[in-house]
Formats: sequence, C-alpha cells, structure tokens
Amino acid sequence: MIDALQFEFMRNALVAGLLASVICGIMGTLVVVNRIVFLSGGIAHAAYGGIGLAFYFGWPYLPSTIGFSLIAAMVMAAVSLKAKHRADTIIGVIWALGMAFGIILLDLTPGYNVDLMSYLFGSILTVPKSDIMIMLFMGVLISILVAYYYKDLLALSYDEEFAQIRGVHVKGLYFALIGMLAVTIVMVIQVVGLILVIALLTIPPFIVEKHAKSLVQMMVGSSLLGSLFTITGLWLSYRYNLTSGASIIMVSGVAFLISMVIERMELYSRIKNK
Amino acid sequence: MSTPIVEIRNVAFAYSGDSVIKDVSLNIWPEDYIAMIGPNGGGKTTLLKLILGLLKPDTGVIRVMGQSTQKASSCIGYVPQDVHINRSFPITALDLVLMGKLAPKKRWARNSASNRREAMAALEQLEMAPRATKKIGELSGGQLQRVFIARALVTKPKLLLLDEPTASIDTKGQADFFKLLGELNKDLGILVVSHDLLAISRYVKSVACVNKGLHYHKQAEITGDMLETMYPCTDEEWCPVELVAHGLPHRVLKNH
Repeated sequence: MIDALQFEFMRNALVAGLLASVICGIMGTLVVVNRIVFLSGGIAHAAYGGIGLAFYFGWPYLPSTIGFSLIAAMVMAAVSLKAKHRADTIIGVIWALGMAFGIILLDLTPGYNVDLMSYLFGSILTVPKSDIMIMLFMGVLISILVAYYYKDLLALSYDEEFAQIRGVHVKGLYFALIGMLAVTIVMVIQVVGLILVIALLTIPPFIVEKHAKSLVQMMVGSSLLGSLFTITGLWLSYRYNLTSGASIIMVSGVAFLISMVIERMELYSRIKNK
Repeated sequence: MSTPIVEIRNVAFAYSGDSVIKDVSLNIWPEDYIAMIGPNGGGKTTLLKLILGLLKPDTGVIRVMGQSTQKASSCIGYVPQDVHINRSFPITALDLVLMGKLAPKKRWARNSASNRREAMAALEQLEMAPRATKKIGELSGGQLQRVFIARALVTKPKLLLLDEPTASIDTKGQADFFKLLGELNKDLGILVVSHDLLAISRYVKSVACVNKGLHYHKQAEITGDMLETMYPCTDEEWCPVELVAHGLPHRVLKNH
C-alpha cells in the first residue's frame, strides 16, 4: 500500500475515497434509519437526466445535474409523504424515466459520447484536486448541518408523530433532508460513481446499526468502516489490477456477509445457552 | 379548577367523507382518570389525534388550556400505541426520554445537564433508571412502555394521553400498570384508550365510550354492582358479556 502512495493519483484516490466514506457514513445513517434507501437509489439514477440536459443544451454540468436531481428528489419526497403505500412505485417510475431521459438526450447530442460506465463506477483514479476540495467542503457543511439539527433529525427518524407534537416542522425537515441527500449523492457520484455511492450509503450503516447506541455513534462507526473498506478495496485494486470502485464494493459486500454470519451465530449460541 | 385542561365542543371529523367522529363533547379536568373504550374503528385514536392537534376537526372546537391545540400541544404528554415500531433503532432509553425535552430553537446535538437530570428523574420515577443506558431493543415490552411514559412525563404535561398501552403487557403487568397510572394521577389528568372493553382497572375514575359519538360515565354511576346487566357500548350494537371475577370490585355501565 505504501509504495502505491508514491503516485499522486493513488493519493488523490485515497483521499477522495475517504471523504466519500465519511459523507456517506453520515448521510447513509439517516438513509438507513429513515428507510429511504430506495429513494436514494431513485435520486442517484434520475440524476443522469440532469447530465443529459447539461450536454444537450450546453449548460454547466454541476448546476444542471444538481437542479434536475433536486426537482426529482422533491417530487419523490412529496409522493412518499402523501401516498406512502404507492411511494415505491412512483419512485421506481422516476428512477427509470430520469435515466432513460438522460441517455436519449446524450444520443441526440451531436459528436459527444459520455461513458455510461464512468457514471456507474466513477473514475476515482482520475479525481482532480478541485473535486477533492468540493467534497471536503461538502463534508464539513454536512457535518455542521447534521450536528445543528441533530435532535430534530433524531426525533423525525424515530418518531415522526411525536416530533410534530413537540413542535418540529416535520415536513420541512423531511424535504430538507431529502434535498441535502440529493446534493450529496450528485457530488459524490461525480467522484466515485453511482454504484459505490449506494454501497457506501447502505452497507456500513447497516453493519454498524446493531452495535451503535446512538445516531452519532452510528455515523462515526459507518464513516470509519466505510474508510476501512475503501482503503482495503483500493489496495486490492492496485495489487491485482482490478476496477477500484468495484473492488471497494466487493470488500464491503464480503464484510456485510461476515457480519450477517456472525449475527446468526450469536443468535444461535444465545438460544443454545438458554 | 375554573378551566378544564381539554375542552371538546361538538366536534365532528371525517376521513375523506367517512364520518369517524360525530358531535362529540367532553371536558377533561386535572384530577380526571378516564378510560376511553369502544370498538375498533370507533374513532378513539382519531379523537386522540384531534386533541393532540395532529388532525383538525371539520366542525366544532377543541381547546387545550384555553388555547388552540397546535399552540398547547406541549401541555399534553402522549404515549403512542405502537412502542415496538423501530425496535432496532440505535437509541438508548435515556436518549428516548430526552426526546421529550425537544424544543424548537434549541439546536445542536448536546443535551444540557439539567435536561439529563430531569430525564433520569423521570426514569427513576418509573423504576427504569438502572436501564437508562440500555438500547431500546434490549428492553421488554413493559419496560419500553415505561420509558415512553417517562418521555411523556419530562414534557411536564397537565394531561397524559395513552393509546392502548396495555396491548403488549400480560394481565399481571396490566394491573400494575393501571396502578402506576393511578399514582401519576395525583399530579396530572390521565386519559387512557383501550379496545379491551373489560380490562378496566378500578383505579380508573370514569369511562368514556366512543363509537362515533361519545358517552361519558361518571364515577358514581359505574361503581354500581349490576352484574346481571350487559355491557352496552353502542346504540346499535349490544355486546352481551358475562363477568367472571374473583371478589369485588366490578364495574358495570348503565344503558345509554
């Protein structure tokens, strides 16, 4: 690993991966406890429509992608508040439509060919310094926002009705949470790709949830675990010449399976001891 | 005792055209210990949500401490029906109680020392202090119930609303539970909802039957030992019940 770090692109990849792990650890905790994993997937895929718009009309990339995902995310959030039992279907529709819309716009854009694979798996090995600075800024901003609204977010996540009775503006906070999630997802996808974002949003928080005693612990634990997966995955990809994003996800997946097996065994031994 | 905690006057409510509550009037006083009973779908939970300001009545008025329900919802401590939802959530009993200290404009993650003391005191009152740092997933149904009551108590309510609190507790636990509420009743009013028409403890002072409308039975009326009568709770439906119990007290309601 140490000799890998003599290359600047490896150092950048490592820093980008660690920042993504921390950002996803914080947001992923909120995603998992609020059960909005599917909604996050919807945002991540629908964002492709924004990329299509940017290239077709020649708009600046980041604002149009963020704008498009924010609109898609707000529609999904509104649906999931209004018609809970139909929310997953509507999210599925927006998910597919956004992606198809983006691909068709890119088809129609003359002379340009965006690599879909780099959107899916990112290009963590070619991350420019500027993207790292953006992610660093985002990480700090998200940490401050989550710390400031921590109690409200906790009450919203655990017991929405009680939060409302205690005077929390539940709907506004929910939209704000989804909005923050949309911005996060778009920014991090740019760097590490859609699939890795979903993996980092879900796998570390899921493993940590059983052992954490508070949301803060879960956020810190998920960030650390995500970082560990990232480092291990990057090393494997360097050592065996594999796709870096996919390697990180495979490491996370194996850890996920191991944690499931350990949990089963604990459960079994507890029953046996009784 | 000039103003009641809750004043419900001629309230009606309908979910998308289906009338759930019709012409309900009720005053709740600080010394009250009311059991609200009635069939499923009779509108008990809806009435609770109206009192809490989570729903708005179609017609009629609800005032809490002389104010609108939205403004005064902090005067009411609420214990929800399903305490088992989100059992795997990473939160300790103490943090759950501290949620009751939630107030708008008080931000940042840290809880003040005085809030922590109050939360611990509430847990102590409910004999749950030794479990304060346990995760909620490690508590039994009855213990979790007490934690939720502690959360309601730290809001310093004038009235405690409990929605079917005994559903997850065994019979012995239920008796203790109603006794506990009886203790709390020294300081605040209590309104407890139950769909179990028979399981009403003798600590309860009055009974409100809710089935679209509301019939209120005062203390004097329900201490009569009329074992041969039935247990009517609605105008249309009669539920014949034989009461089997060892020793007194029994409690039977007159016809509406």
